[in-house]
Amino acid sequence: MNVPDDLLYTESHEWIKLEGDKIRVGISDHAQSELTDVVFVELPKMDRQANAKEAIAVVESVKAASDIYAPVKGTVVEVNKALEADPGLINREPFGQGWLFVLKIDNPDDLKNLKDAAAYKKQIGG
Amino acid sequence: MVPFAGWLMPVQYTSIVEEHQAVRKNVGMFDISHMGQLIVASRDARGWLNTMLTNNIDKLEVGQGQYTFLLNERGGIIDDLIVYRIGDKKFLLVVNASCTDQDLDWLNKHKRGDVKIDNRSANFGGVAIQGPRVAELFVNLPTRNHIVDLELAGMPISMARTGYTGEDGIEVFFRAGDGVKFWNTVLEKGKDLGIKPCGLGARDTLRLEMCYPLNGSDLSPERNPIEAGLGFFVDLTKPNFTGRDVLLKTKENGPREKLVPFKMKDKGPPPRPHYSVFENSERIGEVTSGTLSPSLNWGVGMAYIDGTHAKIGAKIDIEIRGQKFPATIEKKPLYKKEKTSLPPETAAATTSS
Repeated sequence: MNVPDDLLYTESHEWIKLEGDKIRVGISDHAQSELTDVVFVELPKMDRQANAKEAIAVVESVKAASDIYAPVKGTVVEVNKALEADPGLINREPFGQGWLFVLKIDNPDDLKNLKDAAAYKKQIGG
Repeated sequence: MVPFAGWLMPVQYTSIVEEHQAVRKNVGMFDISHMGQLIVASRDARGWLNTMLTNNIDKLEVGQGQYTFLLNERGGIIDDLIVYRIGDKKFLLVVNASCTDQDLDWLNKHKRGDVKIDNRSANFGGVAIQGPRVAELFVNLPTRNHIVDLELAGMPISMARTGYTGEDGIEVFFRAGDGVKFWNTVLEKGKDLGIKPCGLGARDTLRLEMCYPLNGSDLSPERNPIEAGLGFFVDLTKPNFTGRDVLLKTKENGPREKLVPFKMKDKGPPPRPHYSVFENSERIGEVTSGTLSPSLNWGVGMAYIDGTHAKIGAKIDIEIRGQKFPATIEKKPLYKKEKTSLPPETAAATTSS
């Protein structure tokens, strides 16, 4: 299972890419494979503020609906509209075109609570 | 892998959608070894079983099977199953894995006369091979709903022309020790056809498109077959079977709630079990099965709703995460082969299983 070294991760299988004072968020390769074929994505509203671990998006597979959580406290500044027409991007490119949203984060120190690739690999038994 | 009635089973081998399409267009194979297999035999087996099950066993010739229900005294569904008459006085009951023990308890508790009940579940495995090209894989397929004993690559097997997908197909039972060999033999045989191993995910989407019920979701001890819209598999002309009085009353008064298939009006989030169903602002029921149909690429489901609202074509709303999404009550099945790209409004109701 692909777990890029340059990303951070959450227990709930989101990946986080640092981009200045913002983070780009998606779900891991492991998560997309467990979810199976993604058929619908409910994106967060722009400018929405979210606390860490607050459910702000929904990814639905054929099988079930799964909440996606804000990894840290922040404000939604970008959402991946392409997923509305092609939710399967999450399965095909979980770390690329399948990203979900961008958060402007309140406090960079919050990122310390996230896992690095090694810790996430251990979590998923890879 | 997910735990399923005490078994570890794959939800998917590669992709639910790919596996689903393989069965609709080609051929797919499911491991159904988890299903329970009970043998009921001896002098009084036929007469007694006919008082335990809703469909009419007397209509079965040797080698023939039928879909039927095991009910409690309130008419509630303990299990839905297929009973095959495999001998003059011998029957094979293929039951849901999670119900095997309670079925057995119920049958033993109500046993009358000279009847022998044997649970052979642990000693037998099974696979379902389903799809329009299944007849290219095997010669001498039994006719629909019939079962035959034969030999394949040295393995004694029973092959039934039955399934849970709406496609042509067979269900094959073999000695547990032959399971791996049988599975691999069929995969090899079907290689050129592009046969695919299929998991529980595709099994669920395929059956839901056909409106075949799933016990535990659409059926329960609190629901009877009339409410579930499956009265075709109940023979009320039989003088005596468990639950008959309740079913007669339900039929006479009309079911208080009824299981109906529905289709979402717009593209959007797929319906899921336990979502509320509304008509105007009135809550009229609850979804029991729901998914995005891979064949229609559209949200579909089944729901128990107030009997007075259960009319084909009626407009309902499904509440999804606090928001209402319009849907329409449809005829069975939700998917019909000849009209893959059209909405299933014109699909005729079928009662075969």
